[in-house]
Amino acid sequence: MKTEKIELAHGEGARLTHELISRLFKHYFSNPYLDLLHDAAVLPNPNGRLAFTTDSYVIHPIFFAGGDIGKLAVCGTINDLSMVGAKPLYLTTGYILEEGMPYADLERVVCSMAGTAKEAGVEIVAGDTKVVERGSADKIFINTAGIGWISNEVNLSPGNIREGDKIIVSGSIGDHGMAILCLREGLEFSTSLVSDCAPLNGLVQTILGRHRGVRAMRDPTRGGLATALVELAQSSGLGFEVEERCVPAHESVRAACELLGLDVFYVANEGKLILIVAPEEAEAVLRTMQNHPLGREASMIGQVVERHPQKVALKTILGVRRVMEMLAGAQLPRIC
Amino acid sequence: MVMKFIDEFRDPLLVRALVEDIRRRAHGPLRLMEFCGGHTHAILRFGIRKLLPSHLEMLSGPGCPVCVTSSTGLDQAMAMAEIDGVILTTFGDMVRVPGRRGSLQKARAEGADVRIVYSPIDAVALAEKNGSRPVIFLGVGFETTAPGVAASILQAHNQGIKNYFVFSLHKLTPPATKAILDSGEVNLSGILGPGHVTTVIGTDAWRFLSGYHVPMAVAGFEPLDVLRAIRMLVDQVNEGQARVDNAYSRSVLPQGNRTALAVMNEVFEPCDADWRGLGSLPGSGLCIREKYAAFDASKVFPVVVTPSPDPPGCRCGEVLQGVISPLDCSLFRRICTPENPVGPCMVSAEGTCAAYYQFGETRLED
Repeated sequence: MKTEKIELAHGEGARLTHELISRLFKHYFSNPYLDLLHDAAVLPNPNGRLAFTTDSYVIHPIFFAGGDIGKLAVCGTINDLSMVGAKPLYLTTGYILEEGMPYADLERVVCSMAGTAKEAGVEIVAGDTKVVERGSADKIFINTAGIGWISNEVNLSPGNIREGDKIIVSGSIGDHGMAILCLREGLEFSTSLVSDCAPLNGLVQTILGRHRGVRAMRDPTRGGLATALVELAQSSGLGFEVEERCVPAHESVRAACELLGLDVFYVANEGKLILIVAPEEAEAVLRTMQNHPLGREASMIGQVVERHPQKVALKTILGVRRVMEMLAGAQLPRIC
Repeated sequence: MVMKFIDEFRDPLLVRALVEDIRRRAHGPLRLMEFCGGHTHAILRFGIRKLLPSHLEMLSGPGCPVCVTSSTGLDQAMAMAEIDGVILTTFGDMVRVPGRRGSLQKARAEGADVRIVYSPIDAVALAEKNGSRPVIFLGVGFETTAPGVAASILQAHNQGIKNYFVFSLHKLTPPATKAILDSGEVNLSGILGPGHVTTVIGTDAWRFLSGYHVPMAVAGFEPLDVLRAIRMLVDQVNEGQARVDNAYSRSVLPQGNRTALAVMNEVFEPCDADWRGLGSLPGSGLCIREKYAAFDASKVFPVVVTPSPDPPGCRCGEVLQGVISPLDCSLFRRICTPENPVGPCMVSAEGTCAAYYQFGETRLED
């Protein structure tokens, strides 16, 4: 079993496909909706609004400190649903596997997805697998789609943002991006760099269950904190003021960024969120977050202002204000 | 989450005191040039420019390896990448620079095997792994990167790796500085010396500046490093001096890094080189010595390209010499953006235009 490899026949819909489904997917993901193995999962119809999203994951390497492609695929979609205030309920998953991928690696990924989904209280209710010829994919690509339910009391949108609102970030930034970059490039100072990959629905539901003052949320994934802040400022039509000294970042991440000449504000996160909160509730929201395991390092980093609409002003550690732009292109290490 | 040896050099109280000091001491108009793109980046990122008195002007210089690479050099690299079987490796920034026939990134999309590496040593490892295919490393950069590239050639030589080659477009910084001073287009009161380059070549290599009566202060890349060097330059101007001061003594020695220089000189020798904006400068490039000709991509894979002009409308050449600021270029932000760069100064993280773009050198309405 250990040396078994994925073959093209695993995706051809015949015996091997069925074996894969029963041995692996049904075994790990088992739930009443999936177990029927119909052409589509049949789900109950909840009251309220639904949120629906999809994302594909092609990360290299597929295993990294703090997670793997499977955990990432589950968290990414859960987090996207959570950012609109939805309680994630069901996921589907599609796999593109490269011929020759070790079966054990696939099992590790599937097992991790099942564990993450269980932790987040979400069920994987349908799936699909295709196998492509060696060289046509990089081991494994995963697509997940997800459905979440939004309570009628929840209404999150950048359009709700008002002057005077506070900006909160749920913890240290740049952990995921630096962990992946350093691992990918074999940079040896990477030992203390661990991805923050985590499902945020627990934290979000806790906040929304206790507080009414949350205006909007965003998870700062690719493009980092800066890009997400600029996106929020642009959709709100208001200006943001951010204090550099209030933005948490781990020493190892900052040091790796310094060495490579990267700006931590643009490095990806996979388990963090930005909240815009009404001023009178900001302190209480911050305390709720700091009492949750995924928000212990939460910090108030700035506020919403009327001047310089659609722009984010960063007050640097030297006390100087400058415009913070979106990430343009990819961040690349400096040459000299 | 304190970062040792970094945060001490960003202490806001010390910065404020130093800025006050500079404001007290700086009289009359002063034009200082930061040679290095890393300094431009730091100055804009921390907002240092806004702390300085308005009569103290900071000009950006040519210290961006990708930016000073000529269009012709880039076209040659493209031609090498298109040779059947060749794997062309280089630093990340380089693949996005637009040449006459597009960028290396575009060549890759069209089928050329172009790969980004973080170190030339990785390119040697790639050559070892792909024994049947030539692996060419496109070497750009100044005295900071050249010793590492030289070491990669020595490693390939010692390991008997026969399919590793270097296309050297390396450049030396003192000749470019001379060229800017000789052209007389910008009247400089002083130069903020490049910290990493001078770590390798040493402060002694800048002694020729006294002949131009231009003071230099070598600076590190943290706010206190930069401000301390600026204060040293202000003091030199006040005293009528033109010394080479060292505000980065935790890294820079008068004689430089002898080991790095020895490796660099073992493999490379100075030759004439084309600079974007500055043209051909004698003795300003680094070519591979005859002894290591077997590793010299320009000899093993001679490619002929017609000299190509710089992109029309692009004023990168003037930006590199400090003659204009990116804000003076009509393409800046309108047509030329990091997603759609017209010239290399908008591509590289060390490029002046990219730094102006990224750190928003536009006014905030208060």
